[in-house]
Amino acid sequence: MEIGFDYTRSLGPVLSRFMTALAERRILGCRGSDGRVHAPPLEYDPVTYAPLTELVEVGPAGTVVTWTWLDRPLDGQPLDRPFGWALIRLDGADTAMLHAVDAGSKDRMRTGMRVRVRWAPEPVGHIRDIACFEPLTDSPPTLPGPTAEPVTMVTTPIHLRYRHTTSTEESRYLRGLAEGKVIGQRCPSCGKVYVPPRGACPTCGVPTVDDVELPDRGTVTTFCVVNVPFPGQRIPPPYVVAYVLLDGADIPFQHLILGCRPDEVRMGMRVAAVWRPREQWGTTPQNIDHFQPSGEPDAPFNSYAQHL
Amino acid sequence: MTEVAVIGFAQSPCLPSAGTTSGVETLVPVFQEVLAATGLAKQDIDFWCSGSSDYLAGRAFSFVNAVDAIGAYPPVAESHVEMDAAWALYEAYVKLLTGEARTALVYGFGKSSAGQLRRVLALQLDPYLHAPLWPDSVSIAALQARAGLDAGRYTERDMARVAARSRTAALSNPKAQVSGSDTADDLLAAPYVADPLRAHDCAPVGDGAAAVVLAAGDEARRLRARPAWITGFAHNVDSPALGVRDLTTVPSATAAAAAAGLRGGDLDAVELHAPFSHQELLLAAALGLGDRASVNPSGGVLCGNPMFSAGLSRIGLAAKLVMSGRADRVAGHATSGPALQQNLVCVMEGS
Ligand SMILES: [Zn+2]
Repeated sequence: MEIGFDYTRSLGPVLSRFMTALAERRILGCRGSDGRVHAPPLEYDPVTYAPLTELVEVGPAGTVVTWTWLDRPLDGQPLDRPFGWALIRLDGADTAMLHAVDAGSKDRMRTGMRVRVRWAPEPVGHIRDIACFEPLTDSPPTLPGPTAEPVTMVTTPIHLRYRHTTSTEESRYLRGLAEGKVIGQRCPSCGKVYVPPRGACPTCGVPTVDDVELPDRGTVTTFCVVNVPFPGQRIPPPYVVAYVLLDGADIPFQHLILGCRPDEVRMGMRVAAVWRPREQWGTTPQNIDHFQPSGEPDAPFNSYAQHL
Repeated sequence: MTEVAVIGFAQSPCLPSAGTTSGVETLVPVFQEVLAATGLAKQDIDFWCSGSSDYLAGRAFSFVNAVDAIGAYPPVAESHVEMDAAWALYEAYVKLLTGEARTALVYGFGKSSAGQLRRVLALQLDPYLHAPLWPDSVSIAALQARAGLDAGRYTERDMARVAARSRTAALSNPKAQVSGSDTADDLLAAPYVADPLRAHDCAPVGDGAAAVVLAAGDEARRLRARPAWITGFAHNVDSPALGVRDLTTVPSATAAAAAAGLRGGDLDAVELHAPFSHQELLLAAALGLGDRASVNPSGGVLCGNPMFSAGLSRIGLAAKLVMSGRADRVAGHATSGPALQQNLVCVMEGS
C-alpha cells in the first residue's frame, strides 16, 4: 500500500529569503549571537534562542566535515546512483549543511575534501534547487540565476510504502467475505459480538476466538451526508455514510447507504447489503458494494440505543 | 514528595516481523504478563499511557486501535505520546507525582517492518531543509560515526567490541532478535553497509511491544517486596540542525544525567538505548560511566530494537535488576531523533 501527500508549508522570514536566494542560485547563511555563520540558516539562535535576521551569502564551494557512502540509494534521495552523504561547511560558514556528494566512487570521498554546489536545471525556491554537491574541479562554476520573486511556500511530496499484515481474526473475516459470508467473533468473557473481529474484546481486553456468522442486514444507528468532494472520491456527493449494526452484532460498522435519496436516510432505518457480482469477489471488504433500504419497518430506538 | 517506583515490566520477543500495525495481539499477552506479575487487575490501573507512531504504522490515529488490548470499559484515563514510550513513562511519572494517580501502566509498541524504517525515520527531520532530501537514519548515524572516528574518540575496533559484547550478552536473553559469539575480529571482517558502519554496528529492524507498571509510595511497597524507586528522571534535547551540533558529543544526555542525579561512577548497571555501536561509546562518555557499571547486560538494542518500545524496555530491564535484588542502583536511558538528538535518563534504586 502506498500513501502519499504533497506537504505545502509556509515559510517564515529567514527561510523565505533562503529559498528565494536558492531560486537565484545563491546560498544564504545567517549570523548567530556568537558571530558564527550558520548555513543553512537557522531561524533562532542555537545558544540564546533569539530570532536571527542577519543573512550573509556563503559558498558555493565548501569542505566535507564528515561523510558516508550509500551503494543503493533509496526513493526520493538526491541521486539515483551510488553517492556520498556529507556534512559540508560552506566557504564563509562555521557550521555545516547536510547534502549529497556525486563523487562517482567511494574512493574519492574523504574528510576535508573540497566540493561545490551543482544546481538543479530550473531552480524554484526549494532545498532541492541544490541538486547535489560535486568534487571541486577546474571546470567553470554555474553563474547565479536571475532575480527571483520572493518564495513564501515550499511543497514537498512525501510517499511511503507499507505492507499491512492481517491478524488471524481479520484473515478469517476476509476469507468469509470471499465466500459471501460475514464472520464476527464473540468475546468469551462478556458475550458481545464484534464485526469485523478485532483480536481482543475492547471491553474485557481478552482475545476473541469464537466465530459467529452474521446476516448481511441490519439497522442504521447513525449517519452523515457527505457533501464535500475530495481526491479519489468514488461517488459524486451528496451521499450517505452510515454506521450499520448488523443483526446479532454488538458493534456497528461503517458503510455506504445508496439506493435512496440522502434525505430519506434516518436512524433506525433497516438496510440490507448489496453484494458485487460473485465473479468480482475477493478477500476484501469491497465485496459488499453498499447497503440499501430493505423496506422493513424502522427498528425501535431501544433496539440500538446501547450501540450508538 | 510522592515516591514513585517501577513495580513491573514485560516485553514481547523482538522479531523481524510480528503482529499487525494495530499492536493489539502483541500487547494482550504483554499486559497479561505484567499485570499478573504485579498482582493487579486492569481496574486497579489509574492511568494508562502509550508511545507509538503513525508514520511507523502508515495510518492516522493508529494508537486508538491498541486501546482494544486494554479492555477500556468502563472508560479509562488514557494518554499517548508520538515518541518512544520512555517519554510516556515520564508523563505517567509526573501524573503520579501530582497525586492524580496511584498506579499507571505504560506501554509502547511498533511494527518497524511494515514500511522501510530507515526512510520513515527521515521524516522526523525538519521538513524544510533535511526531510526533502530523504537522508536515511543509517546514513545519518554513519556521518556521526565517522565524525567520532576522525576526532579520535574511538576506533572501528572499539565499535566492533561493543557489538561483540552485546551479542554475547544477548545469548542469555530469550527476547533478543540477534545474538552470537563472534569476536571483534570476526565482526571487523564484514563489509560496510554505510562506511564506517557494518551490519553489526546497526540495530536490527524489528517488531515488538513492552509495558512497565508504576506505583506510588505505600501502593508500591504493598505490591512488590523490592520496588525500583525512581530517584531521578529527566530528558533534554539538542538542536534539530544536524550541521550545528558537534556530533561527537551528546550535550542533551549529559544535561539529562545531571538533572536526574545519575552519578555514572556509582551505578551497578545501566541499559543504554544506543541503536548504533559508536553511540554506546559516545553515551558512556556523555554520562560519565565508570568501570563499575555493567553496560547493557541484556545485549542492548543492537540485539533487538523494536521502535517505540525499546527505550521503555531499557528502563524496565534496569528496574528488573533492582526488583530481583541483583543490583542496588541502576539507570535506564532512551534516545529519540537523529544521531542521539534527544535523551532521557531514569535512575532507580532499591530501598
Ligand atoms: Zn468482552
